[in-house]
Amino acid sequence: MAWTREQMAARAAKELRDGFYVNLGIGIPTLVSNYIPEGMSVQLQSENGMLGMGPFPYEGEEDPDLINAGKQTVTELPTTSFFSSADSFAMVRGGHIDLSILGAMQVAENGDLANWMIPGKMVKGMGGAMDLVAGVKKVVVVMEHVAKGKDGSESPKLLKGCDLPLTGTRVVDMVITDLGVFSIDKEGDGGMTLIELADGVTVDEIKARTEAAFKVAV
Amino acid sequence: MKKVHASAKEALAGVLRDGMTIMAGGFGLCGIPNVLIEAVKESGVKDLTVVSNNAGIDGAGLGLLLETRQIRKMISSYVGENKLFAQQYLAGELELEFNPQGTLAERIRAGGAGIPAFFTKTGVGTLIAEGKEVRNFDGHDYVMETGLFADVSLVHAWKGDTEGNLIYRKTARNFNPMMATASRMTIAQVEHLVEPGALDPDHIITPGIYVKRMIHVPDVEKMIEKRTTREKPAA
Repeated sequence: MAWTREQMAARAAKELRDGFYVNLGIGIPTLVSNYIPEGMSVQLQSENGMLGMGPFPYEGEEDPDLINAGKQTVTELPTTSFFSSADSFAMVRGGHIDLSILGAMQVAENGDLANWMIPGKMVKGMGGAMDLVAGVKKVVVVMEHVAKGKDGSESPKLLKGCDLPLTGTRVVDMVITDLGVFSIDKEGDGGMTLIELADGVTVDEIKARTEAAFKVAV
Repeated sequence: MKKVHASAKEALAGVLRDGMTIMAGGFGLCGIPNVLIEAVKESGVKDLTVVSNNAGIDGAGLGLLLETRQIRKMISSYVGENKLFAQQYLAGELELEFNPQGTLAERIRAGGAGIPAFFTKTGVGTLIAEGKEVRNFDGHDYVMETGLFADVSLVHAWKGDTEGNLIYRKTARNFNPMMATASRMTIAQVEHLVEPGALDPDHIITPGIYVKRMIHVPDVEKMIEKRTTREKPAA
């Protein structure tokens, strides 16, 4: 049994620490906010200019001036501060954010990340992804272990080297997929290590569905 | 010198010309100078280079200037919500320069602050760094990015006094304060126009020196791109 999206988010939440300032990407990473342990103080940063992001508003209380980086309506908390985009990315680039959790198309065994562009398809833009992976202290990718084609075919997303245009080089510290958890030695030559298995998943199954070389420490 | 003008059309009089570069504040549809954009549309000025984080959506914001094909080039970080944009881009009618969002914000801040270039680690080793100088500081590579300066900046603020001092509201601040500094002709639309002295000087985000013209937009329409809510807990 592979992990569900919710289980992947719950696993990612284990990387949170008391006092952390965290940026969550769109998709599964957003779900991580539902798993912040009781009593732990975690402030969410939204790169459009907000620190201390609250939950979605009650119906009828939406404020067009109060949105997150996914352009969704959100709310303030007593801890909230607002600032400009330049201040927001000073915070990001300057290494003041503790943790970034985001999705990916491909991750390489050296920590290279591709998540913004497929050549030949309409490119939407990188938004703040390149700044986040370059500047945030710890970068955790949450993604499906393989990409599934329309015809049901599978292609690996954990690769020896990314073939899509990069978002950043040697930036990913950890990858959480539906099959398990990998750590990456992005600064050194330690490569990728499988450190946890999802319930009922075997190392052999992961090996069969992974192109990247990895050590096993489960 | 009188900064406040009676209409967007009057505020834009004499400043628009074909081929110019315009900055437009906002993130998505939040904090966009929509009344001023509408007036740019009505002016018919064309071949514009527009610096803005996004390109509006179909039928709103900068999407209006795409409909009329007044934009030749966009400098943005994300343009995903606009089908017309995709069509014009894929047809080769629209030029596009993607900047990482933080690099875009900093290029504008630098341009306004008289800084011609800076080094950032964002984008090192990616397509963004191609053709740009890369320099090593303390063992790490950084790519050189240049400051941005426009002919005209259009911004939206919550409150402004007649001297051009501006205060923004919540996440509608976004790119507006930097863009206000990065042109010789910054025009602001403000929801609440007040007399000097009515704003607490400690709360002013954009000092009036940057703002050349203003209009009052008391009933401005604000759109929500993605309305997300949660259930009220049972009493």
